[in-house]
Amino acid sequence: MTRVFSILVVFFALAAGARAQELRGTGDLGIIVERASGSIQIVETTGQTALARIEGLGDLSHASLTYSRDQRFAYLFGRDGGLSKIDMLTRKLVKRIVQAGNSIGGAISDDGRLIAVSNYKPGGVRIFDADTLAPVATIPAEYGDNGALSKIVGLVDAPGRRFVFTLYDAGEIWVADCTACLEGGKPAITRLKDIGRQPYDALITATGQYYLAGLFGEDGMSLVDLWKKPLRSRRILDGYGRGEKPLPVYKMPHLEGWTRANGQFFLPAVGRHEVLVVDARTFKQTAAIPAYGQPVFVMARPDQRQVWVNFAYPLNDTVQVIDVPSGKIIKELKPGKAVLHMEFTPRGEQVWISVRDENRVIVYDTRTFEKIATLPAQSPSGIFFTWRYARIGL
Amino acid sequence: MRKLALLAAIVALPAAAQPLSDGRKAELDSLVRQDCGSCHGMTLKGGLGRPLLPGDLARYSTRDLTGIILDGIPGTPMPPWKALISRADAEWIARSLKKGLEK
Ligand code: HEC
Repeated sequence: MTRVFSILVVFFALAAGARAQELRGTGDLGIIVERASGSIQIVETTGQTALARIEGLGDLSHASLTYSRDQRFAYLFGRDGGLSKIDMLTRKLVKRIVQAGNSIGGAISDDGRLIAVSNYKPGGVRIFDADTLAPVATIPAEYGDNGALSKIVGLVDAPGRRFVFTLYDAGEIWVADCTACLEGGKPAITRLKDIGRQPYDALITATGQYYLAGLFGEDGMSLVDLWKKPLRSRRILDGYGRGEKPLPVYKMPHLEGWTRANGQFFLPAVGRHEVLVVDARTFKQTAAIPAYGQPVFVMARPDQRQVWVNFAYPLNDTVQVIDVPSGKIIKELKPGKAVLHMEFTPRGEQVWISVRDENRVIVYDTRTFEKIATLPAQSPSGIFFTWRYARIGL
Repeated sequence: MRKLALLAAIVALPAAAQPLSDGRKAELDSLVRQDCGSCHGMTLKGGLGRPLLPGDLARYSTRDLTGIILDGIPGTPMPPWKALISRADAEWIARSLKKGLEK
């Protein structure tokens, strides 16, 4: 019996070894987050199949991730402060630490050496060695006179081993230059104060030039031009989104869901059933496209010819597709109950859509709008493909 | 302002609520975890919105909580839910939050 067992063990070990030896790239790999069960699936987009499930990753509601410079490893940021490093090729958890009580997202530095995590509790940013996950620096988000710590939102990387993030409670934007961090130096912080009330999320444009924070408590956004010294924040888009009679907002829009296409930004209106179009040079609104619900993600296909939009509860069963040149909605799809996220393949011929309450991910052909594949998944939320490493701010 | 909204909610509360069906309760349970959870964390340990665990809510009565859920907290991202759920629904949510959601 034991002998049969040990033969079996050897057999499986060999089989696993053989799989690891099989040469393959990571360019068509990705991860689906299963938010309720604390697990992820590693998937491939060439044949649209699931390759592995990894469990025991903690609270993954609102989890996001970023990839290593060689696109071999994923760094997963859990809600419970967990930071997990996952090997996309051996399909194994390499290391997991719990670095805070409650966290919201993370970023990798431009050179791939540092991982930064933004925390709600204790409010601030912690920085780790991307190789070992050893702590490198902690930035408490202190504000005011009594040393209160602010929740952090909108953490992104910026060129020059910098991280930019926003203090929700303080209404500030901080730029942390981590050039010296790996040699034991402290991050050099530039603080921009009074950027506006309740900034709820932020993004950096793909060129790394502009950092934009959405303001919940005010009718507008805050913009920092990272190419201009000294750094300053300026108000743009007064009147952005909220309008005179804002509807209640049941889900915070994600600014990561903003996109630039054809010299314009397409972005979710806050509290209104519209996608706003803003001139990418002047930051003036040029149009508002009536949509099915309050947009959550407004995402351009990589060729920027189409923009795909999903919506907030209770209208979250639908996806609409905007044709960029005409600004018209050309397609409406009903993937099912609770569409949470969309991710394009690198050249955009496929889009993967997570449908939480139907426990599946649906893959569509973005040209014909036909379903290509359906993958079972447990309460899927975020979908993240490895091409993200190559993009500033993702 | 916030007190006033609460007061208004309390005054408007009807005497008794109809019992909810089990199906409705299951829907509301999922609403709380998924949709309240999008701001308060799926396990309600807090996100952009504060934690909603029994210890955190001990200082509110069920009526206060029902009012907050229906009317939201003006000036903050906490939205009013009255366009989507009934007072009986909100009261059930308030009671379940005070008790703690089942696992
Ligand atoms: C869009 C985000 C958002 C959603 C969705 C949301 N909340 Fe809130 N909620 C908040 C914020 C932010 C606060 C804190 C407001 C403040 O600063 O006082 C809050 C506060 C509260 C409070 C008061 C907590 C306290 O300690 O004072 C309760 C109770 C509450 N929410 C219940 C709910 C319930 C129940 C739901 C779902 C039916 C829900 N919330 C959905 C954002 C949200």
